[in-house]
Amino acid sequence: MIKTNSILDAKGLACPMPIVKTKKAMNAMEAGHVLEIQATDKGSTADMKAWSESTGHQYLGTVEEGTVLKHYLRKSSGDEQIEKKHANVISNDDLLSKMENQKSVVVDVRESAEFAFNHIPNAVSLPLGELEERLSELDKKAEIHVICRTGSRSDLAAQKLTSAGFKQVINVVPGMSQWNGPTEKSTN
Amino acid sequence: MSVKEMTAKEIAQKVIKKEDLFILDVRNQSDFNDWKIEGESIEIFNTPYFDLLDGVEEVMERIPVEKEVVVVCAKEGSSILVADMLSEAGRSVSYLKGGMKAWSEHLEPIKLGDLHDGAEMYQFVRLGKGCLSYMVISNGEAAVIDSTRMTDVYLEFAASKEAKITHVLDTHLHADHISGGRQIAEQTNATYWLPPKDATEVTFAYQALEGGNVVTIGNTAIDIHALYSPGHTIGSTSFVVDEKYLLSGDILFIDSIGRPDLAGLAEDWVGDLRETLYNRYRQLSDELIVLPSHFMIIEELNENGSVGKQLGTLFAENHGLNIKDEKEFRAMVTGNLPPQPNAYQEIRETNMGKMTPDSEKQREMEIGPNRCAVR
Repeated sequence: MIKTNSILDAKGLACPMPIVKTKKAMNAMEAGHVLEIQATDKGSTADMKAWSESTGHQYLGTVEEGTVLKHYLRKSSGDEQIEKKHANVISNDDLLSKMENQKSVVVDVRESAEFAFNHIPNAVSLPLGELEERLSELDKKAEIHVICRTGSRSDLAAQKLTSAGFKQVINVVPGMSQWNGPTEKSTN
Repeated sequence: MSVKEMTAKEIAQKVIKKEDLFILDVRNQSDFNDWKIEGESIEIFNTPYFDLLDGVEEVMERIPVEKEVVVVCAKEGSSILVADMLSEAGRSVSYLKGGMKAWSEHLEPIKLGDLHDGAEMYQFVRLGKGCLSYMVISNGEAAVIDSTRMTDVYLEFAASKEAKITHVLDTHLHADHISGGRQIAEQTNATYWLPPKDATEVTFAYQALEGGNVVTIGNTAIDIHALYSPGHTIGSTSFVVDEKYLLSGDILFIDSIGRPDLAGLAEDWVGDLRETLYNRYRQLSDELIVLPSHFMIIEELNENGSVGKQLGTLFAENHGLNIKDEKEFRAMVTGNLPPQPNAYQEIRETNMGKMTPDSEKQREMEIGPNRCAVR
């Protein structure tokens, strides 16, 4: 089960209805939130991808369950534009070579659905929205690498962690959108 | 303005007669780039339907007022939506009934000519996919060659000519489309002929078609001579019908030649391909009219929409028949190959009887252009 903010049932509907309904549902959603669309029209996968691209939403992926296609879309958030404030940063490449030499804690603060389709092996999933209530899961003295898609949400997370008393918080920039190292999926 | 429906047949007629038509294709860009309706008189423009949901103003200026306009999508739903919007904006437009699915499945029967004793030769042109199939009709009997899975078309056509289908033949095991041969043979009790070397893995009974076999249609004996011509597949067999037509399967096309790699054996078969094209075919009469199983580009169509040319002309004009150097020939047909046809392995297994996908799945497997040739 992939956690999302909202689910849209478009089963049994033929093109163009899955997209028409998705467009409507996305309008009602908050920026950065994730929608699951359940459809049976086989052509919907290519159209979801293409539509997301043309509208700026993020197509996360599709899971096939029997005859049902579950598409995951994240509403565009414009968070790439926000100025980053956390000073301690590391580049993707530097994190990658660091991981090859030593065990490194990576906390991924994207939404669960984004994490499910593509993440660094052994990274911990801790969506930004849940960070404050789950602080106790992290070790305050450990070195923590925070990552998201473009470095913005992880910047916010790094600031929050630092003000909560964490000593060694490093923001990974730009993050998963440009990640060339190994990744894995956990969609089942 | 009202929205009218346009059938795949009407579009096929316009392509063949070169009548002006403007197509607004509202599928997503990647589907459009992969495969679309083509024709000399066709003007086509692509905008995905999902970019038009808020209004069609942007696309209005791209749509000519003086031409007939049809909106096209994958199945028809989105094209109706867009056609309705254009109609509300004051334009008179049609949509393609059944969408690209219907276009892919439409067969246009075209008479190629008369044979001896009142017999007739027909070609079925599948414009949307580039497949060509054939029917020989003689004195109340008919033979179907390289049929597509739209078997009703052949059954109805034969019935309209008051002919009984007695023989069904495939030139080779197809990798780009699903053959209707077995189904037609079962429904009509006809004999299904397959080249045995292509049929080693088939799961059903067939009659082995080998070089030198003669199949006779009708009392007046329209003979089909089988001519073993390996190269595209190891079993590929050509037919000479009534000493007039050379059905070349996927060995020789009008503007290209067959590719030897679809069974994964390009290196092994390239020698056979050259032997067939440069020796065996050379020994045939230049007067024979070559009728292939495919056409690749719309320019290969003759004035009446049929596809076929004299063998002598092809020896003069087809690049693939004019490569003197064997090494160069080898390099051309084994390197630089176009992408393989969609689902070609599954299609081969279906044609062997190893898989029996439902019709929806069969349709999906055949989507897109065929790619059986090298140019």
